[in-house]
Amino acid sequence: MLTENEASDIFDRIKKLCSADEVEVLFSGGRFALTRFANNTIHQNVEEENHTVSVRTVFGGRTARASTNRFDEDGLRRVVASSESLAKVQHPDSDLLPMPDSTEAAGGALRLRSGQAPEGARVTKIPSRHFAETAAITPQLRAEAVGRIVNVAQTHKLTTAGIFSSSESVEGIFNSHGLSHWHTQTLAEVSITMLAADSSGWQKSNSPDVSNLDPLRLAEIAAKKAIDSANPTEIPAGRYTVILEPSAALDIVGFMFWDYSGMAILDQRSFLTGRIGSRLFGENITIWDDVAHPLQTGSPFDGEGMPRQRVPLVENGIVKRVVYARGTAERMRRSEHKDKVGPIAATGHGFALPNEMGEVPVNVVFAAPQDPQTLAQMIASTERGVLVTRLWYIREVDPYEKIVTGMTRDGTFLVENGKVRQGVRNFRFNQSLIQMLSSVDAMSVPLRSCGEESVDMVVPAMKIREFNFTEVTKF
Amino acid sequence: MKQIANWALNVATMRGASYADARIVSQRSRALTTKNGKVGSASDAESVGMSVRVLADGAWGFAASEDLSRPGVEATAARAVEIARASAQVKQQDVRLAAEKVVTAEWTTPHVIDPFSISVEQNIALLLKIDSELCAVAGITLAESNLNFNREEQWFLSSEGSDIHQTKYSAGAGYTAYAFAGNEIQKRSYPNSYGGQWQNKGYELIEALKLVENARRIAEEAVALHYAEQCPEGTFDIILDSSQLGLQIHESIGHPIELDRVLGMEANFAGTSFLTLDKLRTLRYGSEMVNVVADARQEHGPGLGTFGFDDEGVAAQCTPIITNGLFTGYLSSRETAHTIGETRSGGTLRAEGWNRLPMIRMTNISLLPGEKPLSLEQLVASTDHGILMQTNRSWSIDDKRYNFQFGCEIGWEIEHGKRVRMMKNPSYSGITTEFWNSLDAICSRDEWTLWGTPNCGKGQPQQVMGTGHGAAPSRFRAITVGSAYKGS
Repeated sequence: MLTENEASDIFDRIKKLCSADEVEVLFSGGRFALTRFANNTIHQNVEEENHTVSVRTVFGGRTARASTNRFDEDGLRRVVASSESLAKVQHPDSDLLPMPDSTEAAGGALRLRSGQAPEGARVTKIPSRHFAETAAITPQLRAEAVGRIVNVAQTHKLTTAGIFSSSESVEGIFNSHGLSHWHTQTLAEVSITMLAADSSGWQKSNSPDVSNLDPLRLAEIAAKKAIDSANPTEIPAGRYTVILEPSAALDIVGFMFWDYSGMAILDQRSFLTGRIGSRLFGENITIWDDVAHPLQTGSPFDGEGMPRQRVPLVENGIVKRVVYARGTAERMRRSEHKDKVGPIAATGHGFALPNEMGEVPVNVVFAAPQDPQTLAQMIASTERGVLVTRLWYIREVDPYEKIVTGMTRDGTFLVENGKVRQGVRNFRFNQSLIQMLSSVDAMSVPLRSCGEESVDMVVPAMKIREFNFTEVTKF
Repeated sequence: MKQIANWALNVATMRGASYADARIVSQRSRALTTKNGKVGSASDAESVGMSVRVLADGAWGFAASEDLSRPGVEATAARAVEIARASAQVKQQDVRLAAEKVVTAEWTTPHVIDPFSISVEQNIALLLKIDSELCAVAGITLAESNLNFNREEQWFLSSEGSDIHQTKYSAGAGYTAYAFAGNEIQKRSYPNSYGGQWQNKGYELIEALKLVENARRIAEEAVALHYAEQCPEGTFDIILDSSQLGLQIHESIGHPIELDRVLGMEANFAGTSFLTLDKLRTLRYGSEMVNVVADARQEHGPGLGTFGFDDEGVAAQCTPIITNGLFTGYLSSRETAHTIGETRSGGTLRAEGWNRLPMIRMTNISLLPGEKPLSLEQLVASTDHGILMQTNRSWSIDDKRYNFQFGCEIGWEIEHGKRVRMMKNPSYSGITTEFWNSLDAICSRDEWTLWGTPNCGKGQPQQVMGTGHGAAPSRFRAITVGSAYKGS
């Protein structure tokens, strides 16, 4: 694993090779291992170690980036030359800001041309996300855990497929104005599918601390879902009360957060264009972006080294603001939208420059409802509805009404008279997220959740009125 | 590089591997984009490393590292064997590999112009010219364009003695114009959405795409969509343009024929397949007109699924997938070939890079063109009432690949053989086999394009792969239209 001191030495070597006005170097990489199983067998088992150094140079408003995983002298010389030659032929960008220094990144006097300080800027403190026990996971340990999951499957006469992965990673940034940040993290993840003849169940969980994972419990829940959803019946498509388990809620709501971006507003590709400050969702919806939340993961700085701030995105259904990279905030202050977008300030959510997308919230946290309900309570209060374990292949149908389509998967159940009755064939939905988040009747305590289509979030299970299933598939 | 690979193979076999292969890969890429009159991003990247894949105790192990020093390579090979032995603790049976002849070969993507030889200034000038054409149309609120070039050089050596040096080039280019007004965002893309057209070619691909020549029309269509009628709900005959049909092939034929999915190996993430083994040579997949091949050979064309050898050293092949409507073949590998009674792999195992395990991937999955001359305009002229849909806007399909829904950027209502009006937000949905059995006309070779899909995701950890899909505009009868907006 690359250490901060080694990275600092590499940065010094790069600076000496560089003739640019400014230089910024990003480091990323680490060790990643994944044991994959299917048909009650470990069929793939991989491990890799790789680190990347990415060099951005600036010559008089011209900037470009080059990356390599070769850290020897030739590799560094080549990546610097590549970055510089790309940068020199760019057109000067009048919107390009000088790189931040450590004072600006700490929330002090800014180098921004406007001279305005970001509101509430501060160094963001996060809990340690590196756990020695996770970093020390071996192929042997993962195989033993998979063996226990397979035992659960065999006990229930099921077939299982899934993964157990572990990683130790680094992320760092250094620039020629003296800014430097370094972040290390571990992550362990278990995902389990249990398959029966005509049904399946699924569970997934991850954490920087492997001791928070309970693969056996996940395996038993997935097995129960597979057993309980056997012999699925077909019920017609239509509008139903739907209970989305947290992973399902995460995967569908995740499709709107790309729009909580200053650049998306400037580009007029956000469904929030013209809607910031209005009540778009139900009063029970409050959403933050909060990298420091104890259930969140990730580094506390963005692609330019700015600290990730805690940002209220939605309060009681009202869209409060969007996130900003430094340059986007500066552009927004000069734009026709400036009076219609709420607070404008660099929030530490920018991608590495240069890029076209600007920024995005990556540490989404739903606030706990005033009267949280358990999944069991939501089921008990449902006269007729559908319980959804997992959603799949979600894609945007309409970018402004935020209609998304997708399928249910791996455990879809009919709920009647307060009880889970039986498995049902999977549905296709076409659902507006605006309507959906205006129709949430109940939520659980938010949990750290992970799916497949959106980044991990802290999100509750949701009970939703009038969810729009438009078709039924054949299983 | 061969010496480095042999260090790995020697250690793997000394430690007890019954089979080992080593891949050393050097990748180089360039990505340039513009947005609203400015360069959006400009980046170069290179990545070099080696992976070792081994069978030990009847199970797989795989390790990859950036470290190409002898101690580093030998440690990686030893680690792969250690991982394989851990895998062997949880197995139902030993892995069996279909026999494959030992080969020594060199292969390079045929290309006229090395895309990295074209100056960045020239590339940016092209993108900015496109951008200015798009932005010149009143009502365009966002214009984006991209150019991408890739070069991948690979040395593959196996413990069986194969020694293959292969260099692949690919290029991609495209643009999108957005128009936001009122409560709608409409867009049009050229030559295709999500990055345009991609092929295994040099810069000559870019020169042939007529990018600038089409920009004004595309932008005007994006604005005009705001004044178009909403595509209705109902049952209609539809004609799909070749790019949309390429994605339809990808999702509803390409994925379900992947034998690893069929065998349950992807059940936790990408899903399984409705094409259970009993359906081989028994299922009527489509109408008599439907002939689909999986063809990785250069003679099929410069698709993203074209190569000399796959990533376990099997030569490129053509496999009949659907023959006169009958389902006739899967995508297979050395490990899976025996499950369908084959003695040889179909040659489809590919990896995203040096640090990823090769897995079954689509090659070029293509619908063969109609044999009788038929242009798109002739097909429209022969359609009494229907909707022509062009350029994908959204795509979704269930995890067994039965139920799909696609949205397109633009539709055209056809009445009595003529395009009578533009339609916005067109979409269609269906069940895979019912849909392909409703096909009743395919345009001929002169309308056939080998499209590239550069962003196919599969596997854990997920790998992104390029695939090819040849298609000509085709007509499908009595299709469900408009359900994407049902109830909204």
